[in-house]
Amino acid sequence: MAIVKVLGMETEYGIIIRGSTDPNPIAASSTLINAYVAELNRRVAWDFEDESPGRDARGFAREGSMPPEVETHLVNAVLTNGARYYVDHAHPEYSTPECADVYDVIRYDKAGELILAESIEAATRALPPGQSLVVLKNNSDGKGNSYGTHENYLMDRSVPFARIVGHVMPHFVSRQIFTGAGKVGSEATGTGRPAIDFQITQRADFFEEEVGLETTLKRPIVNTRDEPHCDAHKYRRLHVIVGDANMSEVSNFLKIGTTALVLAMIEDDWFARANRDFAMQSPVAAMRRVSYDLSLAEPLEMADGRTMTALEMQWEHLDLAKKYSEVVGLDAIGGDGVGADVLRRWEQTLTALESDPMTLANQLDWVAKYRLLGAYRERHDLSWQDHKLAAMDLQYHDVNPARSLFARLGMERILDPDDVRRAVSEPPETTRAYFRGKCLQRWASSIAAANWDSLVFDLGGDPLRRVPMMEPLRGTRAHVEELLSSVSSPAELLERLGS
Amino acid sequence: MAEREQIKKTAPSRSDETEVEEVPASNKKGEELKAELDDLLDEIDEVLEENAEEFVRSYVQKGGE
Repeated sequence: MAIVKVLGMETEYGIIIRGSTDPNPIAASSTLINAYVAELNRRVAWDFEDESPGRDARGFAREGSMPPEVETHLVNAVLTNGARYYVDHAHPEYSTPECADVYDVIRYDKAGELILAESIEAATRALPPGQSLVVLKNNSDGKGNSYGTHENYLMDRSVPFARIVGHVMPHFVSRQIFTGAGKVGSEATGTGRPAIDFQITQRADFFEEEVGLETTLKRPIVNTRDEPHCDAHKYRRLHVIVGDANMSEVSNFLKIGTTALVLAMIEDDWFARANRDFAMQSPVAAMRRVSYDLSLAEPLEMADGRTMTALEMQWEHLDLAKKYSEVVGLDAIGGDGVGADVLRRWEQTLTALESDPMTLANQLDWVAKYRLLGAYRERHDLSWQDHKLAAMDLQYHDVNPARSLFARLGMERILDPDDVRRAVSEPPETTRAYFRGKCLQRWASSIAAANWDSLVFDLGGDPLRRVPMMEPLRGTRAHVEELLSSVSSPAELLERLGS
Repeated sequence: MAEREQIKKTAPSRSDETEVEEVPASNKKGEELKAELDDLLDEIDEVLEENAEEFVRSYVQKGGE
C-alpha cells in the first residue's frame, strides 16, 4: 500500500530594494528576515511581561545544522509553525512545515505569504527613508533568471526510482494546464518558434533535461535530489522543481493534490496494473509546447506513436485515479474527504478547461492573469510587449496586499482566512512539525538547533541533548500533546523522553 | 490483491460521465465576470506601478534554488 504522502513546499521569493544605491539582494533578504525575527522577539518578550508566555508566545531558534546546502552564515530561522525561513542564495525562502494533507500544505504555503508581508512591514520601519522592498511570489524576473518553488512528497524507499520517473514525468508535463501561473513573453533561447505573447507557466522555459540532480543549470523535469530528512532506509523525499509558485489556492490545491495522488498510484504500481503508460517521445520539448499553447490543443507525441493533448493526458490520469480510489482508496492523500475533493476539483477543472478555460478566471492563476492583462491591453490598445503588461505580470505576484493584483481579482478561496492566519504561528497537528513548533513556542531559548529531523536542546552546563525525529508522522498532537502539557521544563521533557 | 487484478485495462469513461457533470457553482457567468473586470480596470491604474518601464528594468534576480 502507498504510504501517507507527507507534503512540503519551498518557495524562493523574488526581491528588490528600491531607492537604494546598493541594491544587494542578499542584504535585502537578510534585512527582511531579521526584521521579522526581531519583531517576533519583541512580541515574545512582551508576552512574557504580560505573564502569558504559553499559548500566544512565538519563538524562534537560530540554528546551524540544517541541511548541507545551507550557507549557515546567512539568516536562518525556524518558526513556531514548524516552518523554516531563511536566505537562500539571493532570495528569501520559506519552507512549509511537513503536512499530512493537501489542505494543510497549501494553508501553510499561504501563511508564508502573510509572513513575507509582515516581514516587509517590519523591514520598512528599519529602512532609511525613501527605500522600500518589493517581494514577489513568482519564478522569473522576465530576463532569463528563474528561482524555484519546490514541492516535496514522501515516498516509500522500496519503490524503484525508474518507475517514479517514468510515470510522474507525463503528469508534470500535462498538469501545467492547471498549475501554471502565467507569464508574458518567453525566456527560452533557441526555440526557433515565433515570439510568444503569453504562456501558461512561469517555469517551462527553464527545463532542459529529463532527469538530473541540478536545480540551477540544465534543470531536469524530474529532480534526483535524495535527502529525505528522515529514515533514509524507509523513505525517499521526491523533490519536485518543475512547478510554478501559485497565488491561487485552487491552482495550488490541484498541483499538490493531483501529484500526491499520482505518486500514490505509482507506489501501488497502478499504471502497470491498469496497463497504462503515457511515456512521451520528447518531454522536455513538450513542457514548452504545452505552456505556449493557450488553446490546449497541441498534439504531443507519445513514445508508442500515439499523439495526445495535455488535456487528454490529464483526463486519462483522472480516469485512472478514479478507479484507483474505488479499489485501493485514498488513505495516502488524507483520506476520503480530502481525496474526494481532489478528484472532484480535478474533474470540474478539466471539464471547464475543455469547454472554455476563461470560465476558470476566478480559479486558476494563468487564466486570471491572462484575462486581466488581455482586458487591460485591449482597453489601452497596447502590444503584448508593452512594459505596462510586463509590470502587471510581476505585480500580480506582489505579496504586499496593497500592491497585489491577485488580491484584487476576487479569486475563489478554499481556505478559511482565519485558519491561514493561525498557521502563521501554530504548527500543523498531524506531523512531527507539531512537536517542533510547540517546543519552540515554549522553550525557544533552550533550543540550540532545530532541524527537520531533530531538535537540539541546550540546558546549560550539560552537553547538548538531541531529540531525533526520524519519523515524519511521529510527534503529532495525538502523540505528544499530553506529554507536553504534563511537563513544566525542557529538562523534564527530556527526562520523560528518555533522551 | 485479487481485487486489483480484475482491472486489467481501463477505458476512458469521461465521455459517459462528464457530459452530465454540472458546471461548478463557482464558475461565474461571463457577464458577471466582465462587469467585475471592467470595475477592476477602472480602478487599477491607482495601484499599478507609476513607472512600469523602470520597475520592469530594475527587477533583476539572481538565479536561485
